[in-house]
Amino acid sequence: MRLSHLARVAAVAAALVLTATACGGQSPSPGSAGDGPTVAQDVTFEAGTTMDRLAKAGTIRVGTKFDQPLFGLKGLDGKPAGFDVEIAKIIGAKLGIPADKIAYTETPSATREEAIEQNRVDMVVATYTINDKRKERVSFAGPYYIAGQDLMVKSDNTTITGPESLKAANAKVCSVTGSTPSVTIQEYVDQANLVLFDVYSKCADALRTGQVDAVTTDNVILLGLVEASEGAFKLVGKQFTEEPYGIGIPKGDVKFCEFINTALKDAAADGSYEAAWKSTAGAVSPQTPTLPPADPCS
Amino acid sequence: MGVILEQFPLYVQGFLQTLRICVFAAIGSLVLGTLLAGFRVSPLAPLRAVGSGWVTVFRNTPLAVVLFAVAFGLPEVGVNGSYFWFGVTGLTMYTSAFVCEAVRSGINSVAPGQAEAARAVGLTFSQTLSLVVLPQALRTVVPPLGSVIIAMIKNSAIVGAFGVGGDLYSVGLQLTSAQGYAAVGVLTGVLLGYLVLTIPAGIALAAIERRTALAR
Repeated sequence: MRLSHLARVAAVAAALVLTATACGGQSPSPGSAGDGPTVAQDVTFEAGTTMDRLAKAGTIRVGTKFDQPLFGLKGLDGKPAGFDVEIAKIIGAKLGIPADKIAYTETPSATREEAIEQNRVDMVVATYTINDKRKERVSFAGPYYIAGQDLMVKSDNTTITGPESLKAANAKVCSVTGSTPSVTIQEYVDQANLVLFDVYSKCADALRTGQVDAVTTDNVILLGLVEASEGAFKLVGKQFTEEPYGIGIPKGDVKFCEFINTALKDAAADGSYEAAWKSTAGAVSPQTPTLPPADPCS
Repeated sequence: MGVILEQFPLYVQGFLQTLRICVFAAIGSLVLGTLLAGFRVSPLAPLRAVGSGWVTVFRNTPLAVVLFAVAFGLPEVGVNGSYFWFGVTGLTMYTSAFVCEAVRSGINSVAPGQAEAARAVGLTFSQTLSLVVLPQALRTVVPPLGSVIIAMIKNSAIVGAFGVGGDLYSVGLQLTSAQGYAAVGVLTGVLLGYLVLTIPAGIALAAIERRTALAR
């Protein structure tokens, strides 16, 4: 009878764990952004559209980054938080889907198109720059934010004042393999002076130890690193590209795209866009951006 | 598959960078590995300890960890250098442990009478090793050394992830994530790039093996 006794103990333990988890689910998680946007009630959509399918299912699968401070960072509570996540919540709310019914999947830069094409997510909100090459495989709603490439240097560095000063200073520049900024910066530095890693934290480490003189990527990502450096790094503050962040959806889903654009416009009008910024990236960059005009859907 | 033709110059650039890494690391690890094998059979206990310690550490540590230690550990203690040479150094240290063991197996395959005869005619240990034992040993280790070098060529992809950039691995990542090409086409190109390195390496080794073979 030893086995069945053990089984009973296991069952009780499992029940306790389940109860504890259920309790945890009800209380608001620390670090989550306030009340979030108001969830629409009893919404109906034209039959056969993506909105109709999602609203009926009562859940939406969102691809975001899990390692991007201020935009999509998975915290100790297991839930991603950041501006991208808040944007996803705004769209979810317009579909009548509450925040806790959004299922997040990690979509790192290299696999965002695949995640959409293979129908593993309904949309991707992951610091996703809109460009023509990507438009061949997915469609974009938005943009919901315009980031720009900038440089991060040590606080006491005065020789690097912008991308044009890099060559004169013979500066080594670090970025992430395969990122858009890593391609853009090649106009300003020689291949030999370009250092590429898989994540920005390694670039920050290389900057700290003097292996590189500057780190380059979108300003918002750098702001997160500046904040984490406790005064060791600073931003040069000269954006030299425009990176419109869009929401990736399956190619050709025009109705879903138009729905998202309307949802973003409404959010900008009723203040939930600003609230989303203030509760996340606003901690480092207090100036709330204005919602950029939407691109035409195709 | 169109990506391979469209981005051919980028692939060539990546191929050449990988080739540079491999050539330097292959020369470095063959020289260092042979030296270490000499240490491991040397009559001096401290040298033997260095040899076996080196092999124990680098053969049992994942390559990514070795590269991490070199690329991030050295700057931490004030040694700054290019990531290219950090990468080549790490790959060389790692591969030399395998080269050492392959060469040592070859040394052990040489009949003991050879070394005894060499000592009997008054050659020193270094002379015995370099003039009598190693020339015979290296013949028998061509096939295992070939495997080690081919594995090293493939391992060089990990070097690309440690700040070097511009090699085949980085080209693959750049094309898939920054420029949005489909992964299968891009990686087929990367695969072809590595095959252009590894298959001729195998053919060359087979030729060396035939040429150095002894009629037994």
